[in-house]
Amino acid sequence: MPSNKSVSDAPITQFINCRILRDNELQREDLWVREGRILDPEKLFFDEQGYADKRVDCGGSIIAPGFIDVQINGGYGIDFSQASEDVSDGVSFVAKKILEHGVTSFCPTLVTSPPEVYHKVLPQVKVHDGGPHGAGVLGFHLEGPFISAEKKGAHPEKYLRTFKSGGLEHLMEVYGSLDDVAIVTLAPELPGSQSVVRELSQRGITVSLGEHRVLLLVSESVSVQPGRFHALSNPSVSAVVQFHHRDPGIVGLLTSDRIPAGRAVYYGMIADGIHTNPAALRIAHRAHPSGLVLVTDAITAMGLPPGRHTLGQQVIEIQGLHAYVAGTKTLSGSIATMDMCVRHFKQASGCSVQEALEAASLHPAQLLGISPKKGKLDYGSDADLVLLDEGLNVKATYISGEEVWRKGQ
Amino acid sequence: MKLIILNDYDQASEWAAKYIRNKILQFSPGPNKYFTLGLPTGSTPLGCYKKLIEYYKNGDLSFQYVKTFNMDEYVGLPRDHPESYHSFMWNNFFKHIDIKAENTHILDGNAADLQAECDSFEKKITAAGGIQLFVGGIGPDGHIAFNEPGSSLVSRTRVKTLAKDTIMANARFFDGDLSKVPTMALTVGVGTVMDAKEVMILITGAHKAFALYKAIEEGVNHMWTVSAFQQHPQTIFVCDEDATLELRVKTVKYFKGMMHVHNKLVESPPSEPKKN
Repeated sequence: MPSNKSVSDAPITQFINCRILRDNELQREDLWVREGRILDPEKLFFDEQGYADKRVDCGGSIIAPGFIDVQINGGYGIDFSQASEDVSDGVSFVAKKILEHGVTSFCPTLVTSPPEVYHKVLPQVKVHDGGPHGAGVLGFHLEGPFISAEKKGAHPEKYLRTFKSGGLEHLMEVYGSLDDVAIVTLAPELPGSQSVVRELSQRGITVSLGEHRVLLLVSESVSVQPGRFHALSNPSVSAVVQFHHRDPGIVGLLTSDRIPAGRAVYYGMIADGIHTNPAALRIAHRAHPSGLVLVTDAITAMGLPPGRHTLGQQVIEIQGLHAYVAGTKTLSGSIATMDMCVRHFKQASGCSVQEALEAASLHPAQLLGISPKKGKLDYGSDADLVLLDEGLNVKATYISGEEVWRKGQ
Repeated sequence: MKLIILNDYDQASEWAAKYIRNKILQFSPGPNKYFTLGLPTGSTPLGCYKKLIEYYKNGDLSFQYVKTFNMDEYVGLPRDHPESYHSFMWNNFFKHIDIKAENTHILDGNAADLQAECDSFEKKITAAGGIQLFVGGIGPDGHIAFNEPGSSLVSRTRVKTLAKDTIMANARFFDGDLSKVPTMALTVGVGTVMDAKEVMILITGAHKAFALYKAIEEGVNHMWTVSAFQQHPQTIFVCDEDATLELRVKTVKYFKGMMHVHNKLVESPPSEPKKN
């Protein structure tokens, strides 16, 4: 008999004995959930005279909004950029596995590829909600091919492109469709990029500025274009951070005073302890803490056991948290999981528990413009939750108020 | 009256909470026999509420068969405003205990017909069998609930305009901005509280000392509405040392001398084997 049913019949779950991340702090409050969303218990009490059907004792755990990974290239042997027939199965497989890392929503990421790959892969996966089957897909993150040759990093040079005249049409030719795309990473210094950025933003797609060693002025003028949020993607920032007092580059953008009110700058960081120097993490965090978005940028080898693995055309050797091109000491990419990144970020930057958790939940949601539905535990937010212990290890994951993973099961 | 004087705020809060606990337990409430409790808001009763929550959490006290009636509520303040008395009661008491929502009653300051809401509240009290124990506080101007100076001592639940003193005292809850404080409230009347079987008034702090003096050492006077309880057969004032600063030494010594008797009222009930 949960309520006088004036609003809803649906069962109500009350999470007790927990600390919840709300209003930028950990509060000792119960968390109430009904019909997949966070419920206001005061309204329930006074308006509906209701109370919980079911109580979940969290044993003192921390409850944070589920983590959101906006840059993940694959994992468990799956490579999202492979033009196979069963991309959907591959994405689903990874989606299910990353529940163990506390990730409840993600953007499958495609690295620079030829048009055939995009035309084959993109139509196979639609934006969809998560559940017991796996984390929700928020849309693809297309990282390339419109990035600059100078900063290509691991992207194959032969597929890099510039915008031919008629910017957006050209982009559409390459990608085929933008229906289920959440983020596009491109290089703002490419001629023709400004109109493309504007058009993409108008379609609700988040534009991310790819690596560039360009003067502050150009990157700033792009970031202040009409459009929602602009992220800085820096998959290899450890090689790149060049802070010169006359050319502050990306680092300068973090504290720019030319960002118009209502806009924000976000920047992705891989906090696996390998790809980003802890000092760089600390500087970026202190310069602009509310813009830091933790990403895994995980490659196909993430989640695989130590040893050698043949993945597509490459042979990778996994040793601990390092994935090398087999037989060399060249890093082939990041294999840290999101929860590892959260723990490492907290330890390396010395930030608080709240800040570490927000970097993996609130900030990515704000970047994509889906907050407060996602990334927050406000009344009405989706009940995508991660239960963590003191050490920020994942104990259980919930999507829409339903338990989808529990440690030890 | 009984005047209970404790050393400080915490001890006063605890004494009051134990008294309430014992009253409920002695009454042995059940599904056909609810204990009706009148409740206040404000900073004075916070310590008492915390203690009651503790007793519930320890398993010593249940509110399952307790009905509550709050004294007052602001007019025109949205129910979910953090300073509404609904929010106060939810955050400081109801959400921590096992009380059923349908057993709580707080005046609705946003009702379409305010006087009808007040009349209906009086009827609900009657329907519940009257109030066993009405707990209240005192304003710096000696008012009980929002029965401001000049209120009839036989008044019933109604709409009142708040006095300047009260608005100033409440401004601290509205960022110190006098313009944000509601100017009207719904309140139980002095007569409504007088109808209760027993009345307990909590008074702590030096800023309440003069009001306490006026309430118990001077005559019954509608300018100091708490003085009405001099004519109630069962009134108990629970205060800290600071609140007694304006009283005569003789009064204080007399009542302090009786503490050993009064303390029997708050002894822990004999522990029974827990029923399955």
